[in-house]
Amino acid sequence: MPVFLKEEDISLVLCGEAGQGIQTVEAILAQAVKQSGYNIFSTKEYMSRVRGGQNSTEIRVSSHRVASYVDRIDILLALSSGAIDHLRDRISRDTLIIGDPEHIKSAKEEKTAGFSLDSNFIEVPLMETAQEMGGPIFANVIAAGALSCLLNIPKEIFDGLISDMFTRKGQEILQKDLKAGEAGYNMGKGLMESEKAPIHLSLHGKSSVRDELLINGTDAMGFGCLAGGCRFMSSYPMTPSTPLQTFLASNAHDFELVYEQAEDEIAAINMALGASYAGARSIVATSGSGFALMEEGVGLSGMIETPVVICIGQRPGPAVGLPTRTSQEDLNLALYSGPGEFSRVIFAPGKLEDAFTLTQRAFNIAEKYQIPVFILFDQYFADCYYNIPFLPLEEVENENYLVKTTPEYKRYLITHDGVTPRGIPGYGDGLVVVDSDEHDEEGHITEDLKIRTRMVDKRLQKMEQIREDAVAPELVGEDDYHSLIIGWGSTYWPIREALENISRKHPEEKLGFLHFKQVYPFHKSVAEYLEKAEDVIILENNAQGQMANLIKLETGFEIQEKFLKYDGMPFSVEEVQERVMKFMGMGDDGIMEDDSAQDEGEVLK
Amino acid sequence: MKPRDFDMPGADVAWCAGCGNLSILRSLKTALAELEIQPENLVFVSGIGQAGKLPHYIKGNVFNGLHGRSLSPATGIKAANPELTVIDVSGDGCMYGEGGNHFMHTIRRNPDITNLVHNNMVYGLTKGQASPTSQRDFNTPLQVDGVFLEPFNPLAVAIALNASFVARVFSGDRKQTIEIFKSAIEHKGYALVDIFQPCVTFNKVNTRNWFREHTYYLEDDHDPLDRNEAFRRATETGEYPLGIFYKNSKKSTFEENLSIYQEEKTPLFQRKFHRGKLQALMESKR
Repeated sequence: MPVFLKEEDISLVLCGEAGQGIQTVEAILAQAVKQSGYNIFSTKEYMSRVRGGQNSTEIRVSSHRVASYVDRIDILLALSSGAIDHLRDRISRDTLIIGDPEHIKSAKEEKTAGFSLDSNFIEVPLMETAQEMGGPIFANVIAAGALSCLLNIPKEIFDGLISDMFTRKGQEILQKDLKAGEAGYNMGKGLMESEKAPIHLSLHGKSSVRDELLINGTDAMGFGCLAGGCRFMSSYPMTPSTPLQTFLASNAHDFELVYEQAEDEIAAINMALGASYAGARSIVATSGSGFALMEEGVGLSGMIETPVVICIGQRPGPAVGLPTRTSQEDLNLALYSGPGEFSRVIFAPGKLEDAFTLTQRAFNIAEKYQIPVFILFDQYFADCYYNIPFLPLEEVENENYLVKTTPEYKRYLITHDGVTPRGIPGYGDGLVVVDSDEHDEEGHITEDLKIRTRMVDKRLQKMEQIREDAVAPELVGEDDYHSLIIGWGSTYWPIREALENISRKHPEEKLGFLHFKQVYPFHKSVAEYLEKAEDVIILENNAQGQMANLIKLETGFEIQEKFLKYDGMPFSVEEVQERVMKFMGMGDDGIMEDDSAQDEGEVLK
Repeated sequence: MKPRDFDMPGADVAWCAGCGNLSILRSLKTALAELEIQPENLVFVSGIGQAGKLPHYIKGNVFNGLHGRSLSPATGIKAANPELTVIDVSGDGCMYGEGGNHFMHTIRRNPDITNLVHNNMVYGLTKGQASPTSQRDFNTPLQVDGVFLEPFNPLAVAIALNASFVARVFSGDRKQTIEIFKSAIEHKGYALVDIFQPCVTFNKVNTRNWFREHTYYLEDDHDPLDRNEAFRRATETGEYPLGIFYKNSKKSTFEENLSIYQEEKTPLFQRKFHRGKLQALMESKR
């Protein structure tokens, strides 16, 4: 079966045990693919363990831009005995399974329901070759070499990447790895020239892609922090926020900021508020379960009107839930966190560009209104890599919202819009008094109930201006849509790709997709977008339709159709497509001329 | 400067007559005046409790935060602007109970701050429950069988963690209190002063007289550089030593260890934005 992938979009999945070095293969391939001028997207799914289990990485290699997860697997590289079983639901007749005999033996012998996978297997002596090279650890570089060869990646690009990666480990190791890569290339050549079933992949590289940025969601947010003038981060390591902490810690020297690993999340947010009170733009990052400990600090930020940016990397809960999976379950948590009533803003980036601009904006909005500002991201978003032309650094500006105090300075002076010019200690001749108790204009404790009412009004009055500053939702697709899909945060690309697929096949369908990047408070255009639609469906990675509920609360508009997924995996393009087709009444009724499900082969269940 | 330079005219002091906090407040004003510290450069950080109200009654910048959490903002403030003098004012419940974890780890960080802990062995603000330092058999509406937990020993814990300055005073002895406050504030690094004080309303056991009778000063020849001896003296019960138990001036402070202050001392809010550097960092991802 010669394999021709006419779609010019290959979904390659690597699967093995934790600790086997799949990430090494991913890192090499991702760079190699981009440097060869192909577009790339990669995402991981992994277990919460350091060794063993089954982890997989999906790498899409494409002639056109790709930025979302697909269920489809065109080529599976199985690096462990459990790999095939782990991905059984995603393997189809068209999946090509490459692996060492010892890893694919049992799956080969098994006759699975419906059809046998016999013809899909290609055995390569990975382990034996690795042994010759010096041990099983070399299997990952051999595999990377074989795949690079299949993808027509020039050998010099591959060797260059191996050198970049292993030079620091010394010449001896580097030479062994280069040799392992060579062996992998030879293996790949053998597969391409095999008499029985030669493999040919047809992809078109573009030289412009070669020079694009290849970053993930964490990087984009990290750049946004630096662009927003972040000076202080205190946090406690917790998946999926740890990489963002690592990003800022590793850039602390060059960008003159402090990263401190706090003893717990409570200390983290209180420390950040202290630094912010003293004038340093401050941030904390955590997960939903870690944020649960920060809640009192959110109330403190609201009460003392001291800015802080709070990044919540969502993962399935309650409690510790599924530590390494993804979800959108913490919108309510962010929205309602902290006792009492005060103003806040919540962003939820969907694209890498959004993550950059919204994070930068978060610092400025926090400073401008002296409030906590949230960024809701998730495990899927943090880990996704794809190539983009640039991040709009030129367009971002930071405003200075600090004032030099005079002797009569009052930290909570009542003003026309609820915002008091913000002074900090040691800058001017005044005193800056902030208090977690209800306070008067000077910041001192008060139990005067009239002042109390004025202070509550002051803290909430800011919302008027905050709403004016809200980021508009993004409409993708037809302006004069009949059907409207709603999504927020990281579901942007899977929904968008599904919509583009549907629109290509059914250009007559008037379909729109409204994506929220600011989920609280809404931009004023939201209600109008909703009213305009004949039918609306919302997609969320949670079980209760938290965004749908918020939309109802804020606009009165009730969304009838919900597609909720909460098994810990992101939405795939295929399932979004299938569900949206159904929503549009185009399910299995034969209207579709070209059933996309057939392209993907029958999925084993 | 005079102590009255730190007065807050019109402050509505919420403490009972005879409260130990009143003498602590007076001693602190005197110590600061003698050290000539300007109120504009001072930040008082506190949590919740009767001690936590002290910053409202003294002239300076104030961060009156959450219960048990004062050390975290104090650390953040000092890290963001090392030019500020930061004094954390807390109570035994706030610091050793709710804030226990921060107490431990702040000592490990060693920020250059002063930590004054008003220790009256009872919860005052919430009206008379046991505190971490309440003594055994102390009866309260909640500890109906009397306290049977081991009292928390802040000095021994601090010395065990190699805190850089550990002292104890009695609020009723203002002369010594002022001197030790001054030493603590001038000390480079984290300085703990545990302050025995009476609670005239809720603690009828550990009264002013009780403290007078159950405390004595460490001898003049006590060597505060001897950690083992300091620890031994901190574990004495029945009769409680007062004075400076332990000093370790060799430790570098949290701020000194931060890379941002290696070459220049400018507070963080005055640092410039590095657009060019950021551009270069982004380009490295191409």
